[in-house]
Amino acid sequence: MPQQPIELILTRQWASYLVVPVWVMGENGHLVYYNEPAEAVLGRRFDEAGEMPAEELATIFQTTSEDGSRLDAESLPINIALLERRPAHRRLRIRGLDGEWRVVDASAFPIEGQGGRHLGAVAIFWEAEPGGLG
Amino acid sequence: MDVTLWGTRGSLAAPGPETARYGGNTSCVEVRGADGQLLILDAGTGIRPLSATLYPDLRRVDILLTHLHMDHVQGLGFFAGLYKPDLEVHVWGPPSTTLHLRDRLARYLSPPLFPVQMRDLPSRLTLHDVPLSDFEIEGMAVKASLVCHPGPTVGYRISENGKAVVYLPDHEPALGARRFPEDAEWTSGFELAEDADILIHDAQYTPEEYAEHVGWGHSSLPDTVGFAQKAAAKKMVTFHHDPQHDDAILDRMVEDARRAAKLPFTLVGGTEGATFAL
Repeated sequence: MPQQPIELILTRQWASYLVVPVWVMGENGHLVYYNEPAEAVLGRRFDEAGEMPAEELATIFQTTSEDGSRLDAESLPINIALLERRPAHRRLRIRGLDGEWRVVDASAFPIEGQGGRHLGAVAIFWEAEPGGLG
Repeated sequence: MDVTLWGTRGSLAAPGPETARYGGNTSCVEVRGADGQLLILDAGTGIRPLSATLYPDLRRVDILLTHLHMDHVQGLGFFAGLYKPDLEVHVWGPPSTTLHLRDRLARYLSPPLFPVQMRDLPSRLTLHDVPLSDFEIEGMAVKASLVCHPGPTVGYRISENGKAVVYLPDHEPALGARRFPEDAEWTSGFELAEDADILIHDAQYTPEEYAEHVGWGHSSLPDTVGFAQKAAAKKMVTFHHDPQHDDAILDRMVEDARRAAKLPFTLVGGTEGATFAL
C-alpha cells in the first residue's frame, strides 16, 4: 500500500481527535477513514469496514434527501467536494451498516494540497434530529 | 555517492568546545555523485565551510532546500558559489501557494537582513519549485515529498547506482499518531525512507523533551528509531541536534537508544565532518 500524502495523514490525525463524525475520502473516491463518532452514524467500526471504493460505498450506505426522495450520488456533499472541488452542504437521510435511518446535516470540502494536488475530500456530519450522535 | 555532514545542529548554531564533536553548524549535507555532481541539502551555516571545498572547475551546483526556516537558509548568502560568475547555481525549494521561491528567499537575501540583493549575485542563479515527485538532477534520481513539519517542508531521497540516501532533517511523523509507528500507509515520510541505505533523520529530543514540544515539528530519538525500523533503513544518522545538547548529552542519547533495543540497523550519532560512502 503506498503512503498517503501528508495532507491526508494530518487530516486523519485531526479527525481522530474530533467528537463530531468525520469522513475522509481519497482522490480516487475511496473512503479511506472515518472516526469513532462517525462509526456511531454509520453503524460499523472503521477497523471492521476498512477502506472502501466508491462503488462499494453506494451499495452499503444508502442516502435519500430529507423528505425520503431519491438522491443522486452526484448530489451528495462529499461527492460535490470530491468531483467539483468546491465546498457543499445539505441535509439528508442516511442508512448505515446497522440498518438505521438517520437525518444528518453534511458539510464537505475538498482537500487541496501543495503544488495544486487534489487529494480528496472531507465530510463532517451533524445529526439533525434529537438523540445525539452516540 | 559520498555523503558528508557539514552542519548537524538544529534551530540555532551552537559553536563552542562543548559541541565541537557533533558540531555547531546548522543543517547542511553534501552529496557527491559518482561523476562529481554536487548536491547540497539545505543551506544552514554548514554551507560556509563546504564552500571552501568547491573544485575550481566546477560548473554546476544544486542546492535542495527542505524548507525555509532560518537554520536551513542562513548560510545561503555565505555560499562562495553564489559569487562565482561561471558557476550555475540551482536552488530548489518547496512550492508555496502564495509566493514564488525567489520572493520568499529575497525576504532574507536583502537589506536590512543581508547587504547583497539576490539580483546582484554574480553566479548564474536559477530557482525552482521542487517537483513533488521523482525527477533527475545531473543523472542522480531525486524524489521529494511533503512531510510533517510546520509550513511546507519536503524530505529528499537521492539515489544513484542502486543506493539511496534519505534526508529528513525536520520531521515529526509521530504527531497525532495514536500509536507510533503506525501502518506505513499512514506514516509521514515512509515512502521516502523505505529501504534507505542511509537515513539522516531529525532526532532532536529525548522523550521527556518531546513531551513538552509536541507539534513543534521535531522527533524524539526513540520515535526516530521506530521510524527507521519501520522503514527498514540500513543505517540511521541522528540529525538536527538541539542547541542545548552538548556532546556528552548527544553521546548519552545515542547510547540509550542502542541499549533500549536490539536494533536491526546501524545507529550513528551525526557528527559534523562525518562522511559516508555509498
